[in-house]
Amino acid sequence: MPNENKTCRHMASLCAQLEKYEIYLKAKAYAERVLALGNDSLEKTIVIAVSLCLVCAVLVSFAAVALKPLQINNKQQDMKKNILEVAGLLEEGGNIDRAFDEKIEAKIVDLATGDYVDSINVAEYDQRKAAKDPVLSVAIPKNQDIAHIRVKAKYAKVYLVKENGAIKSIILPVNGYGLWSTMYGFLSLDADGQTVQSINFYDQAETPGLGGEVVNPNWRALWKGKKVYAETDQPSLEKGLIEEADIGEVALSLVKGTVDSGKPGAQYQVDGLAGASLTSTGVTHLIHYWMGKEGFAPYLAKVRTVKGAQS
Amino acid sequence: MSAILNEANKKVLIEPLVNNNPITLQVLGICSALAVTSQMSTSLIMSLALTLVTACSSAAISAIRNHIPGSIRIIVQMTIIASLVIVVDQILKAFAYDISKQLSVFVGLIITNCIVMGRAEGYAMKTPPLASFMDGIGNGLGYSLILISVAFFRELLGSGKLLGIEILPLVKDGGWYQPNGLMLLPPSAFFIIGLIIWAVREWKPVQRETVEFKIMASAHGDGGHH
Repeated sequence: MPNENKTCRHMASLCAQLEKYEIYLKAKAYAERVLALGNDSLEKTIVIAVSLCLVCAVLVSFAAVALKPLQINNKQQDMKKNILEVAGLLEEGGNIDRAFDEKIEAKIVDLATGDYVDSINVAEYDQRKAAKDPVLSVAIPKNQDIAHIRVKAKYAKVYLVKENGAIKSIILPVNGYGLWSTMYGFLSLDADGQTVQSINFYDQAETPGLGGEVVNPNWRALWKGKKVYAETDQPSLEKGLIEEADIGEVALSLVKGTVDSGKPGAQYQVDGLAGASLTSTGVTHLIHYWMGKEGFAPYLAKVRTVKGAQS
Repeated sequence: MSAILNEANKKVLIEPLVNNNPITLQVLGICSALAVTSQMSTSLIMSLALTLVTACSSAAISAIRNHIPGSIRIIVQMTIIASLVIVVDQILKAFAYDISKQLSVFVGLIITNCIVMGRAEGYAMKTPPLASFMDGIGNGLGYSLILISVAFFRELLGSGKLLGIEILPLVKDGGWYQPNGLMLLPPSAFFIIGLIIWAVREWKPVQRETVEFKIMASAHGDGGHH
């Protein structure tokens, strides 16, 4: 309270000082004259419009600038939470920043070669922003663009969970178009670059209750242990489910209805979302795109060859 | 307090709840009532945001109403409303990040909500600030009442939950309730709002509109061939 009083007195003395300046008095007189004008006069219309814009602009910019740090912090926290969650490391009520710094290591990967890139600052690199930057992105040719994302960043930001120096999970950012929206998510794989640990979508606007069920924990749990790439698997080959040429290609897909876990090929299948065939197709496409050779296949191939080794 | 809550102000606050409800009587603001009502939590935040924006914009517009040139009055109202909406959106992003992510563009679309403009043009332009503020709160609450009722039915019947808490255990999670997928799609809000309007007009027949014209009886009797 004393502080407030001081500010008030300060303001009052400031006003008194202003009275001394001629320009202030002139402005005051002008304001009074304009306010007394008829509402339909041209001069008043212009003065009111300009001053209203000024006041509103100040209000909006003040809110935007003053709240910016909080908003950025929220975004980062949310992102870290999603990454910890997909890695299975999220603890209820735990300190997100500390858990993230301790357990997760971010890396930049050149999508074309699959090599790590050290020349880019990992902390500052934002893959989603880079995808919009003509210098840092490449357009995807229409015939390859199965995920309907049009452009991708040249460099991807992947996250690694390590235990005693060995990779425990590889967390890859994926995105693709569903029914209404581009869905952004993370897919986490075992160190073999083949077995799925988990998937989560942190940004999507699919129909709540139908396509929006991509965030449902029960559905997401179905992904655990599924295989991304077709392996030499005799029963599937015999039944013609997989051709010889398909081995090593992306096989993981969503299917209509429920997967019969006893049947061959079930390790490449996840239940589709009920009542959301377009969202399900979108998820299949984004997996095929990002796990394919346009996406992370070159990187995963390299991870497998130096399996567990320090990079 | 007594000055703020005198009879006249109480009336402008309470009238829009049922007797002059912006959604059921004036049929305004339907667009967002369709879009955000699939969950209770988004409806609650949307209601709060709209109530605040309507009240503050009405008060601000009313405060300068005697100096708003007639030729640009709609633009002046829009500027004030739009600024307030942006501020509310920024505040939500800073303090209620998860909800703001779910509401996405719909907070921004408060700018085009007919209720806000309607109260500014129809009431605040000719009424002092305090009464306009109360009127904004009242209309905001009237909107909220319908929005939350619609969301109650949509979330309960569509996903078996209320505010994200499971009420009716779903078949797919081992329960008995088969959710109604239609309830999660925007058209269901039309049906529910229609039913609410019907119920309100049965209860208060004075709200029924007079028939403007009568459909003539068909000349062919049973008709059918056209």
